[in-house]
Amino acid sequence: MERDFTKKRLRPFEQAMEGLLFIAAVLAIAIVAGILYVVISEAAKFFIQVSPLEFVTSTQWTPLFDSPSYGIAPLLTGTFMSTLVALAVAVPLGLLVAVYLSEFASPRARETIKPTLELLAGVPTVVYGYFALLFITPLLQGFFRNTFGIELPGFNLLSAGIVMGLMIIPYIASLSEDAMRAVPRAMREGSFAMGATRLETSFRVVFPAAVSGIVGAVILGMSRAVGETMIVVIAGGQLPQIVTSPTQQGATVTAFIAQVALGDIPFGTLEYQSIFAAGLALLLLTLVFNFIAFALQRRFREAY
Amino acid sequence: MTAITEGAAPPVRDITFRPPGLAARKFKDRAFIFWGVLATLIGLGTLVALVYDLVSDGAHRLSWSFFFSFPSSDPLEAGIYSAWVGSILVILTTAFFAIPIGVFAGLYLEEYAPKNATTSAIEIAVNNLAGVPSIIYGLLAVGLFVQVLALGQSILTAGITLSLLILPVVIVATREAVRSVPLEMRQGALAVGATKWQATQHHVLPYALPGIVTGVIIGISRAIGETAPLILIGGLTFVAFLPVTLPGDAKFTVVGAVDEYGAPVTPDATETVRITADGVVVMPDFSEVPVTSGQTLDLPHGATVQSVASFGDAAQSWLPTHWLGSEFTVMPIQMFNWTSRPQAEFLEAAAAAGLVLLAITLLLNGSAIWLRYRLRKAIKW
Repeated sequence: MERDFTKKRLRPFEQAMEGLLFIAAVLAIAIVAGILYVVISEAAKFFIQVSPLEFVTSTQWTPLFDSPSYGIAPLLTGTFMSTLVALAVAVPLGLLVAVYLSEFASPRARETIKPTLELLAGVPTVVYGYFALLFITPLLQGFFRNTFGIELPGFNLLSAGIVMGLMIIPYIASLSEDAMRAVPRAMREGSFAMGATRLETSFRVVFPAAVSGIVGAVILGMSRAVGETMIVVIAGGQLPQIVTSPTQQGATVTAFIAQVALGDIPFGTLEYQSIFAAGLALLLLTLVFNFIAFALQRRFREAY
Repeated sequence: MTAITEGAAPPVRDITFRPPGLAARKFKDRAFIFWGVLATLIGLGTLVALVYDLVSDGAHRLSWSFFFSFPSSDPLEAGIYSAWVGSILVILTTAFFAIPIGVFAGLYLEEYAPKNATTSAIEIAVNNLAGVPSIIYGLLAVGLFVQVLALGQSILTAGITLSLLILPVVIVATREAVRSVPLEMRQGALAVGATKWQATQHHVLPYALPGIVTGVIIGISRAIGETAPLILIGGLTFVAFLPVTLPGDAKFTVVGAVDEYGAPVTPDATETVRITADGVVVMPDFSEVPVTSGQTLDLPHGATVQSVASFGDAAQSWLPTHWLGSEFTVMPIQMFNWTSRPQAEFLEAAAAAGLVLLAITLLLNGSAIWLRYRLRKAIKW
């Protein structure tokens, strides 16, 4: 029996499966395109009526007033303030945890602590919102009253930011730990041989060697905080104003979008389009952060 | 013989020598452990405080009737029946879309994808999708599914939206699991004449399955707790009915327009309603009026007509074509609804709902972590 090995057999089922898998994968591009199309096209309708200049320069965000003003600045200050508080909590704590787990803890302790901390990242954000509003805020109010004699408002970005910070600890700790563990053992041993202690080795050898991965982890955490919605909606208040102190209440970009959506949005109105304009700002912000984080993490992976 | 001691003594190294400041440096080294443990404890303490807060606020509300009561404008009557049933239906829809698409996409990228521009575009897309804030998916849902595709503010819209949200999680988990299957497995299969898909289906997929399941569980757990995108598609409504019912269950119809708390939008408005089955009407002030089939009544907005679902009603309601288009509420939305109300009793209900939500998500995440741990121990290539 002769068989022609030069001829490729046609296998329709094989080809159909490959096609199916390909379509599933290409869907990812379609989703990105869909998001960009929807957000940009609706935002474009918004920018036809509101000049982009006003959007960037005006210091008031009052779309629901009779003489509406559309300046993104108040929303951005709200977002930056809550993110700043979150980072102030998460960066020191997350990095301490990462250094401890990577350089000091026994493998057994690491295997227990890391997954337990990762549970923190799995808690629904609406539960965090409740926790911020009804646990952290009263705690802070008592603290501010007793130490500074200041009445902290019931809604404030401080409480929302702190809880957001606690939420992103696992992201920062876990990714930074990965980066530090990727540093070759020889570098540590060289340092020990020179007489350095573990702490000195951690901060003068391992940390600098892993720094791009660590910065990447922090930026990824930052991107989470910028995009977080429920905690700030529930605990941060929904008043769009230029925020100069974390003790104020304020609306973030995400909180504004959610707040408008909570009312009945009349489709096609300027108000409806304004949430897409705000969404576009948010999308650009997080995409830039993700891009930087991704580039940094790639660099650290290629280093060794 | 003492010859060795003769002549100049060899330089003796003082092995007790310690460089200056060593004690202090060693102390700092140990002191750091304290700070490291403290930071870890703050993280773990948050989890404890969270559970403690919810338990102390809401545990006393957890009862049979809390699980099987509808939301109500009376805080003590309010329950999560429509919320957990809604969550299950939305998650079923989410899983239906996210699992096959995510696994197929992951398999394609690891097993089939050639190194070309399309592949790297797909990879960039997946990486970026993972970083898109969840509320942006809500904008996509409103702009595309509700507006353009006219799917309505339905379980279908919610399910598709959440499946897109967790797609990157499933894809990344699939890729990692598939990548960890050694090349020899594929080569062995191909060598004995299996086609590429046969090798993938019978020799790669089974070994990658636990890893994939871990990713799916984490994705599903995220979808269960997700609130923001569902608020955008209008999930915050007063839903005092179930999309699916059993025969003999109460069937609820709310009269007129009510807000998300079940209060009438226009307090004095009435509507003429024809009663189609024997039952009761619960007035907005919670008084009950028995009604019989065929009656025609003027009812105030906010009144609820309750009758008993017939076998036919119930059977029809279980068809996906029926419930996919239904309005819905889910656990996190219900909790958010109660959190935004001033009455202490509603906040207690919110805490109770949060406790249920937390228990489900921690259980799912915990089992995913356990599975991952088992996996690492069980398979040593």
